[in-house]
Amino acid sequence: MDWINAVLQGFLLGGQYALLACGLSLIFGVMRIVNLAHGVLAVAAAYLALWLVQQTGMPSFLTIVVVVPVLAAVGYAIQRGLFNPALRHGELSPLLVSFGLAVIGANLLQEIFTADSRKISIGDLSTSAVDLGGLRLGVFSLITLVVAVAVIVGLQLYLSHTRIGRAMRATKDDPEAATLMGIDERHMYALATAIAIGTVALAGVFLGMSTQFSPTYGDLVLIFAFEAVIIGGLGSLWGTLLGGLVLGVAQTVGAQIDPAYGVLAGHLVFLVVLLLRPQGLLPKAVVA
Amino acid sequence: MSAPTTLTPMSSATDLKVVRGGWPSLAGGGVLAAIVVFLAAAPWFVFSPGDVTNLVTLFALIILGTTWNLMAGYGGLVSIGQQAFIGAGGYGVIKLADVVGLPIPVAVLAAGVVCALLALPTSFLLFRLVGGYFAIGTWVVAEVFKLVTQELPGFGGGSGLSLTAFQGVDRVTRIATVYYLALVLAVAVVLATYLLMRSRVGLGLTAIRDDSVAAASLGVAVRRSQRLVYVAASGGAGLAGALIAVNGLRVSPGSMFSVQYTAFMIFIVVIGGLGTIEGPILGAVIFFALQQLLDAYGTWYLIALGAIAIAVVLLAPRGLWGLAARGRYEIFPLGHRVHPPRQ
Repeated sequence: MDWINAVLQGFLLGGQYALLACGLSLIFGVMRIVNLAHGVLAVAAAYLALWLVQQTGMPSFLTIVVVVPVLAAVGYAIQRGLFNPALRHGELSPLLVSFGLAVIGANLLQEIFTADSRKISIGDLSTSAVDLGGLRLGVFSLITLVVAVAVIVGLQLYLSHTRIGRAMRATKDDPEAATLMGIDERHMYALATAIAIGTVALAGVFLGMSTQFSPTYGDLVLIFAFEAVIIGGLGSLWGTLLGGLVLGVAQTVGAQIDPAYGVLAGHLVFLVVLLLRPQGLLPKAVVA
Repeated sequence: MSAPTTLTPMSSATDLKVVRGGWPSLAGGGVLAAIVVFLAAAPWFVFSPGDVTNLVTLFALIILGTTWNLMAGYGGLVSIGQQAFIGAGGYGVIKLADVVGLPIPVAVLAAGVVCALLALPTSFLLFRLVGGYFAIGTWVVAEVFKLVTQELPGFGGGSGLSLTAFQGVDRVTRIATVYYLALVLAVAVVLATYLLMRSRVGLGLTAIRDDSVAAASLGVAVRRSQRLVYVAASGGAGLAGALIAVNGLRVSPGSMFSVQYTAFMIFIVVIGGLGTIEGPILGAVIFFALQQLLDAYGTWYLIALGAIAIAVVLLAPRGLWGLAARGRYEIFPLGHRVHPPRQ
């Protein structure tokens, strides 16, 4: 029973990882940029939500309405102002720029909010659970998983069925040809980053509601999101969802063996996937 | 640094003169050699023991910058996980000195060798990833190293280990041993990197940096060259970690496996000039000076480092050495220069 419980809790945890990871997957899919500031942006979103709750007394969930657009705008600005110019110098430059951003972001957060751990209060919701024949599933974790699936389905539909989504995929496939068709490549890239950072913001607020976070928590977020993307398969959003679930289960099952081994078990599963199936579990199943 | 080499062009009709090095390089090399001699003599009359301990940090930074540049600047491998080997070197030297009982200089060298050996199997895993994904993959490996070190019996868990081999050695002897060891290793790593880049492998690496597909099509063994560079650079990171450990006398997982080392290495190489031998040395000196001046400002200092690094990447992608030398001057001559015939 403990093991079944561990696996189920892992699925729920995996929902959070998938939500955190899909922005990383999208930015890489469209621009081939690995955004090392990904984790810091998620934590920044959590801090912004916390600040709003403290300053305005806004209900925790309502902060999403403010945090997501603000972070999406930040994402647009980062792409136009930093990543687009960096892309002109080759693929190494955006990586270095995003690393610089991560260092700046984590230290700014520490300067403003101190290094103390915080959590966004969600009242009774954090402890309420559904009883499933002896297994207790947290309501908030279930909501996170549902939101993760919804975001991934939404992104998938957006990319395949809207005008901008099609333009984005065209830019990804062949930037020059897309430009000839009248698509503004720099704007498309910035929109993709804005959407990606918007999903990161959403994930960050959910993260802040479920766990204690601190300015350096972004490092772990980045690593977990990255592992989810690689386990699932590069360039596939469905793969990212699956990767998140596999990582979550690996961590909770590892922690069931010994609480100290949770994170390590996740890393080891990642390395095993890399060794046996480097293309990931669901490589390029769906274009993203 | 080296005697000028003159190649005879294939067509004698054009009568071009192709030169590598020459007196400007020799002069620059002479200045560097003089600085090294000064550093070797300085502890006797200029520096306090505190300065000497600080300078060991500078020498470790030069090793870290030079080896990171060897990977990223020449091998096209951007790692953000070299702290795996800094930590392994730091823990390794303490185990080799305290448990095995090797003398400190031998233990430091052996720690470097151990790290190079650890890097070989690691490379077979990580080389399945490319570009930015390789970068984060190296970080995951560093995290695994850290977590495993914390869990291994006899490694002190979360609080770490202290070096006891120096017990009973008087302070001046201890500091002098570490100082000269660090100075010799820093000079050796820079010279070894230069000689590697002057070799056939180095020529292949330069080609890989410029265009790995074209290099492969011309018969450069891209994977093998990159693996060699990764293993060598990881050995270098291990040496630096061992020096940091014997200088600080204790190690803990949180500090030795910190991703902050990667931030420092990137800063040093990017500011100094990626893909040059001189750049990382200049970058390490600038970084060291900034650290001594601004360390009291804590987080703001790191924020400034991040901002400066971004500005240099976008505005001066060849770094400060690139700005100063404009690609025309090398202390460590790698390229050949073509001179038109004298009229």
